[in-house]
This record gives sequence, structure tokens and C-alpha cells, in this order.
Amino acid sequence: MTRSAAQPLPQASTLEESLRWLRIMLTIRRFDETIDELFAQGKVHGTTHLYIGEEAVATGVIAALQPGDVVTSTHRGHGHNIALGGDINAMMAELLGRETGYCRGFGGSMHIADQSLGNLGANGIVAGGLPIAVGAALGFQLQQQSQVVVAFSGDGALNEGAFHEAANLAAIWKLPVVFVVENNQYGMSGSVKEMFALGHLAERAAGYGIPATMVDGNDIFSVWEAAGQAIETARSGSGPSLIEAVTYRYKGHSKSDANRYRSREEIQQWRQRDPIDHLKEYLIANGADGSSLAQIQREVAQAVADALQFAESSPWPDPSMLEDAVYAKEDGTHV
Amino acid sequence: MAVMTYLEAIRETLRQELRRDNRIIIYGEDVGVRGGVFRVTEGLQAEFGEERVIDSPLAEAAIIGTAIGAAVNGLRPVPEIQFADFIFPAINQIVQEAARIRYRSNGDFGVPLVIRAPFGGGVHGALYHSQSVEAFFAHVPGLKVVIPATPYDAKGLLASAIQDEDPVLYFEHKAAYRSLKGEVPDERYLIPIGKADLKREGKDLSIITYGLMVSYAQRAAETLDKEGISVEILDLRTIRPLDVEAILDTAKKTGRVLVVHEDNLTGGIGGEVSALIAEHALFYLDAPIMRLAGPDVPAMPYSPPLEHAFMVTPDKIAEAARKLAKF
Repeated sequence: MTRSAAQPLPQASTLEESLRWLRIMLTIRRFDETIDELFAQGKVHGTTHLYIGEEAVATGVIAALQPGDVVTSTHRGHGHNIALGGDINAMMAELLGRETGYCRGFGGSMHIADQSLGNLGANGIVAGGLPIAVGAALGFQLQQQSQVVVAFSGDGALNEGAFHEAANLAAIWKLPVVFVVENNQYGMSGSVKEMFALGHLAERAAGYGIPATMVDGNDIFSVWEAAGQAIETARSGSGPSLIEAVTYRYKGHSKSDANRYRSREEIQQWRQRDPIDHLKEYLIANGADGSSLAQIQREVAQAVADALQFAESSPWPDPSMLEDAVYAKEDGTHV
Repeated sequence: MAVMTYLEAIRETLRQELRRDNRIIIYGEDVGVRGGVFRVTEGLQAEFGEERVIDSPLAEAAIIGTAIGAAVNGLRPVPEIQFADFIFPAINQIVQEAARIRYRSNGDFGVPLVIRAPFGGGVHGALYHSQSVEAFFAHVPGLKVVIPATPYDAKGLLASAIQDEDPVLYFEHKAAYRSLKGEVPDERYLIPIGKADLKREGKDLSIITYGLMVSYAQRAAETLDKEGISVEILDLRTIRPLDVEAILDTAKKTGRVLVVHEDNLTGGIGGEVSALIAEHALFYLDAPIMRLAGPDVPAMPYSPPLEHAFMVTPDKIAEAARKLAKF
């Protein structure tokens, strides 16, 4: 399933495109590393869920989307928004609770949305976005539009009732939705080995009549190819698919997680299969030079540092905003 | 007698109850190996085993639904909903099933079930980790809703909830877990469900509240005491059933009532308490009943200034009480 570095790149992806993916993945990682540091320094409070280790999934799937397609994101959603081209200044400001943030500080980490890019929103409720994704797909279908919806979820979401109900509806109505299950092995402390009586989560899709595939979620090319096929199937009117992207989160579930349910060795083993290192190896093997990769890394670090500076120098929201967005204004506009 | 945090009092009560009655089982998301998000159940799986302290999948409707089934079939389940914000998929089971099984079986059998859930804000949890959900359940006959205010009460009320033959929702304020400390007797004791507790005697006005807000009201009362305003504090302890007698007694005694809760104003418990006083003690009042509650916005925002604007604080309580005293 995993390509070796000696293999050529998949035909449809150019070196230039792959370098763009690397930049996105590095941005996701540096962004979340920075968030991790800010928590450690006590500059950000509450909790957050880091995408470190899973970057190839969001990047590969979203690379297969077209403008106008939409996604629903999760509590671990920073990567999805960055891969969609999200504004990291506004993301950082949101995490720091500033007025210049995506939600003007209302939402924080788990509620970033950007409708202009097709992100219908991260979600603090596990599986909460799945029926919404299916409904968005219903909207496309009934309006005879050719767009597709990607519904991101973690492994844990597959045991929520909302997943079962949404999956069945998507299947019987042949809706243009792709369920992307980011199987990072744990729903908080609950191992997939203990929480599922299945060898592979992808098997569950058969119960709904949904075709499914399992890919190495740390290999962006595998993710991208599988997503491309599933998205094409959805766009052509042939209904939903499910992709199980097998991956791993290096950090705890959230900031309160002491990682008691897994071993250091396990984490270390997965780090050996790092999705970013993996992509870099491909790129080098296919003619990229190391100095240009290092240059991208420096640019990314600078962009994230700039985002942090932007956020830290941004004003706090005024408490008078508290009741601004409860309902639409009388004239039907937003705040 | 040991000094414990609110959290430790709950944990030690669970331990004592698990030792006392082997029909008791605990289950929920991450309650076992991890010992819960807040560590309330830490060490319990090690002591009582995986068959009595059980890690479940993320499936709130099934956690509560199966707990109901286990309860009607001889066990005493004490499931945990990881955050009160996550309880909504289980509402169908709680409201349609747990609350009604005794009634619909005409008293033949009931559901001895305790649902524990951390709730409340002020800990930067943002929209889905900060909510107060008690009013949804307080509306439902057949349920009991308990919200302890101190470590001592946490123990006695939890033991009573577990012993109760009917379904009890037991809500624990997250900000209380480690901030509240107090003496807790080692031996088992019961605090009756449905009885309020006069936490402070006073003569100028009464603050009626519950949960974390009791200690906030106490801080406000100390400030006001120095200003010559004598505050009485009634801790409801149970918001369903309400202790009507205690509510009316304090209202009649001071003639001025401030009802306080963090849950949003409209449809909150404050409305019910106010209605009871208006119906049964109106002519004892020297001032209109005053309510201080969370604002009517859909959820608690994340940003610290917005969160602070949402939260009821000792200062806000003192300010409201001053106005009421002057009326």
C-alpha cells in the first residue's frame, strides 16, 4: 500500500504540485507546534486538538477537491482549514481569542469555519458534522449542482449514532459525499482495537451499501489517489464512498491527555513513518533539491511566526459583542 | 475526617459505594484506563476491574440506554457523560425512557440510575465544553436533578443518588473540582435529595442558588457584610424536586430575593423559583424578585473577555445584591 521512495510519482501529480503539498503540510505542523508551545507557556488556555502526524490526510484529500466543493471538519480541524488555504493569521488570532480571529474570538480552536473556502466548520461534538455534510450534499443534489462534500471524522465518530444515520441517508439517496475517516488509532484513550469489533473500520461501510477503501494516511499520494476516485464517483452521481485513512496523532488527544493508554515505543514507531519525511524523500528521489525544501521550511516558519505576531498584537474582543450574533439582523444580514 | 477537594469527594464516594454494593458499575468514555478527563474515576478500574469500571465507545445514546437496561435488570449503573455538553444524543433515552418507565409500568419497576456529568464554564472550554444543561432536565417529571455545592454535599448527595430508586442526574461544576475544598467525613452518610440547605443566615436579603454559585454567593456575602448588608444564602442542592418550603421560608424571612445561576436566564431555574415565591409569598416581599443569570446567548464564547462577560462572578452577585438591598 505504501509506495517506496524509489517509485516514480503518480502520473497526475507534478513536482510543483507536490512541493505545494509539502508547504501545506509543513504549515499545518508548524502551526500546531506553535499552538502546543503557546499552551506550554500558558499563553493559550482551555484545550486544543493537534493535527501533528496526520497532515497527509487533510492535504491529500483537499488537493483532490475542486473550487466550490465543501468539507465539514472536526474538533481536530486546524489541518483541514490550512489545507483549504485558510488564513493562518485569522486562525492564530482565533486561538488567542482575539477580535481579528475567524470567529472574532467567539469560537477558539474547535469552531473555525471559512465558508468562502468551503469549510463549513470544525465541530466540538464528535460526529456532529456528519449529518451536516450529508445535508450539504443533499443541497447540491437537489439544486442540480455538481459539487461534492467531504465529511472528515475521526475513528471514534464511527460509533456515534449520528454517523450511522447519516451514512444510511447518504447511501439511499446516492448523495455526493465522501466520508474520510482519519483513523489515528485512538478516540481519546479508547483504542480502535478495543472500541471496534472490526479488523478495519472501512469494513463498516458495507453495512450501508457504501463502497470503501483503506489507505495509508501517512502517504499523501495514496490519500490523494483514493480521494480523487471517491470524489469523482460522488461528482458523477454514483453516490457516497468512505475512505479510512490510517494515521496516528503524535500528541495527546487534547491538552489534558497524559498518554497513559499507549507506550512511548508505539509513538516512536509511528514517528519513523512520518508523513512529511515521507513526502520529502519522494521529492528528493524525484529531483527536488534539498536546499529548496529547506527554503520552504524557513518560509513556513516565518509565516507562522508572523501569524503569531499578528495575533498577539490584535485587540481583544469587546464584551459588548456578546449578544451580537444570536439571530440575524432585522434586514437579514449577519453581524 | 479529611480535607478534600470537590473532585476527591466524588471519587472517594464512588470508591466507597463500589465497595459497598457490587451491583454498582461505572461506565463511559475514558473512565477506565485514563480515569476520566478530569481524573474523577482515577484508580477505580485498577481497584474494581474492567467489569465494573468500563471504557465505552463514543456513543452517548447507547451509554445511557444500556445503563437504563442494566438498571431495570438488577444493576446500579453510574454512567458518566464526559462533558454535559455531550449529553444531547442521550436525551431521548433519558427523557422518553428513564423518566417514564416507572410511570408507564404503573409503579411496577423503575430505573435506579445516576448519570454524572461535569458542566459549567469559566475554564476556557468554549462553546461545547462550558454549557449548563440542568434546566432541560429539571423540566422533566420522573427525573431528579442534583447539583452539589461543597465537597461535603458532593459525598452525601452522591450516596443518596446511588441509593435512590429513580433516575438522578448529578451535575458537577468543572470549576468546582479543584477550587473547592472542605472537610468530608470518612464514613458513609446520606443527604436527602429534594431538601435545600441554608448555607448562611442573614436578615436583609436572600440569595437562592445552587452548585458553584453558592461559594460565589458566599464570597459576595462576606463583602456585603462589611458594608452592613446581611445576606442569607439558600443552597437548593436539588433543582428537581425543588424544596418549596425552604424557598418560601427564606423569602418570607428577608422579603428580598435574588436568584442566581450560571445557566442562561430564560427558562432557567430562576424563573421557577420566582414563580413559586410570587404565587405563595408575594405579600411578604419588600422588593421585586431579582434574577442574575448567564446571558441569553447560545453558548459560552471562548475569548477570555467574552467568557468573563458571560460568567456570573462574586462581584456581579454583590452588585446585584446591593441594588436589591437599596430598593
